[in-house]
Parts: sequence; C-alpha cells; structure tokens
Amino acid sequence: MVWEDAPYPMLAINAAGIIEQANEAARLLLAGAAAGVPLARVTPAWLARAHREICAGLGTGQSTGLGTDPRSGLGAGRRAGREQARGPIGTSVFEAHPVHVDGDRVTWWLVDADDYQRAVEALHAERAWTAFMVEASVELLSSLNLERCLEATARLAARRFADAALVVLPLAPRQHAIVYCDPRGEVVRESASIDSRTVSGLTEALQGFPPTPTRWIDPAEAPDWVLRGRRGDVGSVAVTALPGHGLPAGALVLLRRTRQAGFSDDEQVFVPLFTAWAGAAISVARLYAEQGAIAETLMAGLLPPAAPPLEGVELAARYRPAGDSERVGGDFYDVHPVAGSGRESLVVLGDVSGKGLEAAVFTGKIRNILRALVPLADDHHRVLELLNSVLLTDADPTHYVTLVLASIGRRGPQVALRLTSAGHPLPLIVRNDGGVEPVRTTGTLIGLVEPITSATESVLLEPGETCLLYSDGIVEARGGPLGDEFFGEERLCEQLRRCAGMSPEALADRVQMLACQWVGEGEHDDMAVVAITAPREGSPDAAGQGVP
Amino acid sequence: MRYDVKERVDTLWAAATAGDEHAAADAALATLDAGVPMETLLLDVVAKVQSRVGQEWATNRITVAQEHTATAVNERVLATLARHPSVRRDPEPGRGRVTVACVHGEWHAFPARLLAEVLRLRGWHVDYLGAQVPTPYLVEHLHRTNPDAAALSASLATRLPAAHAAITSCQAAGTPVLAGGAAFGPDGRYARLLGADAWAPDAGAAADLLAGGPLPRRPPPGRGADGPHLAGHEYATLTGSAGDLVRGAVAELTRRVPEAAAAYAEHQLGHPAEDVAYIVGFLGASLYVDDPGLFVSYVGWTAEMLAARGIPARVLLSVLDALAGRLRGLPHALATLAEAQAVLG
Repeated sequence: MVWEDAPYPMLAINAAGIIEQANEAARLLLAGAAAGVPLARVTPAWLARAHREICAGLGTGQSTGLGTDPRSGLGAGRRAGREQARGPIGTSVFEAHPVHVDGDRVTWWLVDADDYQRAVEALHAERAWTAFMVEASVELLSSLNLERCLEATARLAARRFADAALVVLPLAPRQHAIVYCDPRGEVVRESASIDSRTVSGLTEALQGFPPTPTRWIDPAEAPDWVLRGRRGDVGSVAVTALPGHGLPAGALVLLRRTRQAGFSDDEQVFVPLFTAWAGAAISVARLYAEQGAIAETLMAGLLPPAAPPLEGVELAARYRPAGDSERVGGDFYDVHPVAGSGRESLVVLGDVSGKGLEAAVFTGKIRNILRALVPLADDHHRVLELLNSVLLTDADPTHYVTLVLASIGRRGPQVALRLTSAGHPLPLIVRNDGGVEPVRTTGTLIGLVEPITSATESVLLEPGETCLLYSDGIVEARGGPLGDEFFGEERLCEQLRRCAGMSPEALADRVQMLACQWVGEGEHDDMAVVAITAPREGSPDAAGQGVP
Repeated sequence: MRYDVKERVDTLWAAATAGDEHAAADAALATLDAGVPMETLLLDVVAKVQSRVGQEWATNRITVAQEHTATAVNERVLATLARHPSVRRDPEPGRGRVTVACVHGEWHAFPARLLAEVLRLRGWHVDYLGAQVPTPYLVEHLHRTNPDAAALSASLATRLPAAHAAITSCQAAGTPVLAGGAAFGPDGRYARLLGADAWAPDAGAAADLLAGGPLPRRPPPGRGADGPHLAGHEYATLTGSAGDLVRGAVAELTRRVPEAAAAYAEHQLGHPAEDVAYIVGFLGASLYVDDPGLFVSYVGWTAEMLAARGIPARVLLSVLDALAGRLRGLPHALATLAEAQAVLG
C-alpha cells in the first residue's frame, strides 16, 4: 500500500461504511481500525456521519457542532469538491478531508487541527504583539512633547497590559505629574502632590536605576489616587519603572480587573521592552523641554524687543535671523522712549561681527552698555566714544560693531531726526514725492581702533515721510531671478520710491519681504529693519496707537 | 443685511486703499456697533476686501504700493478687532490648541491671520506663527506645544514643494495638518496630493472642520512610500538650473522684444527677469505636482495681468519660446510649455 507510511492517518472506506484500508497512523489513532471493520465501531459519530453524507452525495456541512473558526482559515477549505468534516478524536480535534471519492469508496485523510490551530493562534498572537509594538514606537517616537509621551504611555499600557494605567513622573519634590487612562481609553492629566512611599515599590521604580522587577501589590493597600474610585473593580495592581537613557523617567502603574498577579509569558517579554521605549521617549522629551526652557530664559534678553509706542512718531521694526531655526543673531535694534535731556527718544540699530548665538550674546552686551549710555544721547559722538572704549577693553579684539543712532524729536507736525552712522549702511529717507535720499552721516565702526570719528546729520520728516534704518543683510541678500546677484542699495532705493506714504509697518514688511524673496531658498545673513515715520495729519494720536 | 454687508465692504475698501488705517478701523468698529457679528465681519467684510485687493492689482486698477498699503491696513484692522472687548480673551476649556502658520517662503500672511482670529473667536487656543515660517522652527514649536492640529497656509503655487516638506514634517512630529490657501487649488487637489490630513476652502470652513472633532491622523511614516514621487528628475533639473535658464531667456527676450524692459519700467512692474523667474517657478511647481494645468492657468493669469498694463502678448510668448528652446531634455516640461503656448496662441 503506497500510503502505509504517510505521516497522517488515512482510511479508505466503502459505501457500506466498512474500512477497506487503514494506514499505520490511522491504526494508532483509532484503536481497532482495520480492513473489514465498520467505520462506526472505531470512529466518533461525526466522522461516520460525514462518511454517510458523502456517500449519499450530500457533502458534510456543519455537522460536527464545533463550528468553524474564521480566524483559523480552516473552515472554508474544500477538498475533492467537498467540505471537510471536523470533530474530536480522543483529546484532539481532527479535520477529516475526503481526499478521493469514487463511486463506492471514500479515502479520508485526518489532520490534527489542534496542532495547526495552535500554530495559527501563536502566529496571530505574535502579529498582534508586533502590531502593538509598531504602534507604540510610532506613538512614542514621533513626539518630543512630554505630555504627549506620558499620555501615549498610559493609553498604550492600559490597552495592552491592563484595564487602566497610571504614569507617575516626579516634577519637583512632592510634586508629580500623573496621567491616568481609564478602561474606556479616556486620559486625564493632573499635577498632584503625592507621597510615593504610600505605594510599595513606587519609590524604587521612580528612581529608575538600578532596574527593579515589577512589583505586584494588593489593591486593598493601594491609596485612592491610584485606584481612582474603582476600588471594587481592581483585582491586581503592578508597579514598574520606566527606565530611559540612564535617567529616571517615572513609573507605570497597571490596574487589572483580574485577581491573578503576574505577567503571562508574552507579557514578560513585551512589558520590559515597552517600558524601556516609553522611558526613553519620556526622558528625551523631558530633556528637550528642560533645554528649551533654559534656552528660552537665557535668550529672553537677546530677543529683539517689541517696538514700544513713542511720543510723536510711528515706528515699526522687523527682524529675521540668518538660521532657519534660530531666533537671535548678530543684528539688533533697541528703542529707548526717553533719552538724553529727555526731549528726544533714541532708536539704535546695529550689526556685530560674527554670526549665530555667539554674535547674539555680543549684541546683548552692547545693548546693555548702550542702555547705560542713553542719558548721554544728546551727544552721539560721546556715546560712541564710550562704547568704543568699553569694547576695546573686551577680551576678544576681533569683536566689533557697526550701528546707527537715531534721536527723534518733534517739531510741530514734523519729526526732527539726528542720525549718526558708525560704519553702518546709511539711513534712507523716503519722501512723500517718491524721492529717496541717503543720509550722509559717516563714522568709524566701533570696537577696533581709537580714536573714532563720527559726523551727526539732522533731517526733518514731513508727515507721512519715513526714515529707514537697516542692516547689510538686506542689501547683501544674494539671489534674485538670476540666482547670484546682490539685492543692493540701488534696487532697495528703486523699491522704496514706490513706497512713498506707506505706513511704517507696511514699509518695513515690504523691505524685509523683498530681501527674503530675493534670497529665495538660499542662505542669508541676519536682517533688521526699523522704519520711523512722521504721523500723517489727522491721525488721532501721534504715537500710532490710534485705536481705543 | 446682505446689502448692508456690501456697503461695509465698500467703506472698508476705500479706507484701505487710501492707506487710512484709522478710517479703516472706524469702519470695522462701526460695523460691529451696527450689530454685525464679529465672525461675519471677519469673513464677509475684511476677507472680501482683501481678496478684492488681489483682483484689483491684477487688473491694474491699483498700484503695487496701494496693494501693499491696503494689505497692511487690513492686517491692522484684524489686529484691532482681535483686541476688541467683544472678543474672548481666554481659550474655551476643552476646545483644544491649534498652530497656524504660513509655509516657508510664503509671505501672504493675511489668510492665515484671518483663520487665527476666527479660531480664537470660536474658543481655540491659537498659536499664530505668521508669514514664512521655517519648517524646523515650526516643528520645534509643535514639539513644545503639542497642538491638536497644524493649520498651514500657502497662497502661491510655487510654495507647494515647501508646503510638502512642512506637511510631512508636521505629520512626522505626530501632528495632523489642515491645509488651506490658494496654492492648494480651488478644490484642494494639491493638499490631497501632498498628503495633508484635511483641506478647507476658507477660514470659516476650516473652523467648521476643526470643530467637527480631531483630525484623522495619517498612517505612520514609512507606509506612505508608495505615494507619488513628487520631486522627480525634471523638477530637480529645472530648479537646479533656474538661474541660467532665466538669464538665457531674458537675454533672448531682450533680443526679440527690445522694448519689453522699458514697458515694464513704465508700469512699475520691475524687470522682466522677475516675471521670467516666476514663470520658471510655476513651471517647477507644475512639474512637482505633475499637473500642466497649474502652469497653464498661471500663464493665463500673467497674460491678463500684462494685457491690463498694455504689455504686448508676444513678450510672454517669447519667454515661453525661449524656455522651450532651453529645456530640450525635459519632455514633461516641454509638453507643459506647449499646452500654455496653445492656450495663448
């Protein structure tokens, strides 16, 4: 017999239900199975019935009462044009495939469905874990936001490892962020003062290192802030650390309905993996937030100031640092509403040597020195001389600055300006008739040599006219339609001629926009623009804050 | 009421084009006093005035300077209205947080600003980042503030490649993106192409959409690799040689239509090179999204804009010819140019 050695039980049975052949595997499975024995005597009723139905030409259908498992992929199988039957033999579930049917004989092939079923179930379980870990990695890796990482951790843990979950993160002594995900997946965040010693194992878990095993605690001993009014509903509680990058990143508390404490085999693999990922994400987000806060604090004094309203003049300032992600650079401006003997205000716009953060720190120093010199602003040359002597004593002899001082006073409807350039691009006056004039003030740059020279020029603005201060980042913007030309003073003046009568905001916006558009995708230097405009007659108030 | 709104638009329009921000603010406040709701004022008056600014410039009824002055005045009106006592100061609890920004290189801030104000009116916590926001800065902001959505605005189609970078960066930072602005096409087709999570035709619709619940998030990064390959060979070649291309085309234009430069200067249009650069930019955008229609409609708009200023049509045709002569190796670019030439011819 060719199939005597086949690894699966096989039976050939005639139309009368008598076994004609049974291979070795079949004889081992079905005690007494042998040629000439009636099938019904050695097999369960479901197989005998399936055989009768096939012989009667009915097919087997769902005759076993076991139904089919749609996940297994087995139930829909068809062999030799007929559905297989399925049912228990001994302690296993078998599928009986009628692999060959002819007039008066059916050859049955029996397959242990349990083995297959177990493999399929294991595969599904693995796939579910993989899907979960993929989702967890996407959720946890996509954001550098601390709250979001804490929420994602609580939500993912509640869904996969428990019914509800808490993430506890110490923010300050006795001050904790607590993120709770309830069994419906709703997340709440709060900041609470808790004593970690009230939950056994929590203090150790919050330390993060050395790693401690998960601690299962009796829900009866858990405080209310852990159980969240679900005391009767919680059967077991686990406390585990979220260790991340060598930094403590909080603890995870799992709340389960089941009373059975302990993780399954799968959970023992995936819980530590998940907590390590979550801990890493949380600690990175926390570092990012902390460093951002430090940078913010240190940078606050270096950011360009909001232009305050000035008496008798309208003013707008724009600033764009060179780097795309930077907020400070080597250009600066400042507005001092009261300067010198008090009849004028002072506007300063300047540009220091160097770029980036180092240059920004230097601008901070210069702005501080100038602030101290504001009472002397009646005499620009004196201010520049003092600034120069301070900078010459600076440790770094290569540091220098170019700047423009603009003292602003009111002369009836006109605005009187005193302007001094110290090695800086000349201020431009935009007249009402479309004329654009550079103010011919000259002076040496500050911080390199002694003595310095400077010449102050006076200019009168009629109502509607504007004085534009700008840094060389505007005229040295490189690009344009051909890609490699400087924007240049000539092009700037040509554009300004079309800007006669514009408000200072519109004008400053336009100048900055033109320079940035000129640059396009290319790199550019820091850009600073200040527009000082004499209010037009009829403005309800001269400071440009015309709206109540 | 409708008639009333129309009248308010005319009053505000007159003040804005005259550059009189006080009169403009008075007109806006008077509209509120007359009982027009703030959101109606923003969407049906202020926004209408702004879209009229663009139209009137294109048809040469106002100058560049007037266009910029009117826009600046209109923005000041928005700022004034934002400070009005009837506007709530604090976000409504539970409403959520939205970041509103223009994509890198996009200078038209008005639509984004309008959306920011409408969302504030509706109780959202809004972070308005303004015009031309570098993508790294935008992403840093998202990580710091964890908003429910990023609303990104782009007006010029030449910003579509930058918008694509911004959209995908925001999504990689876990923030769904609502795209808006004329660049994305009248039906939002480019927003869909670039993978935005949602698109809205105007500020009111955007606010309604956000009110409808959280935006669906995109599938995790890596799964979108089967999407269109947008920055293709022709786009890269064209943008890589844009400077030379513009220089060559301008030189040829000067030979063939010597009077073009003078005509431009006379009409305060700058130099023809700027228009040639725009045309190359739109051709690039059109290749990027693989849609010749984008380029054809831009060329059509330019033709009308030039015609309104009495600049002969052969200026534009010469430019298209000159470009075609220099793009021999780029079949899609040539086909796109040919479509535009056919429409003009």
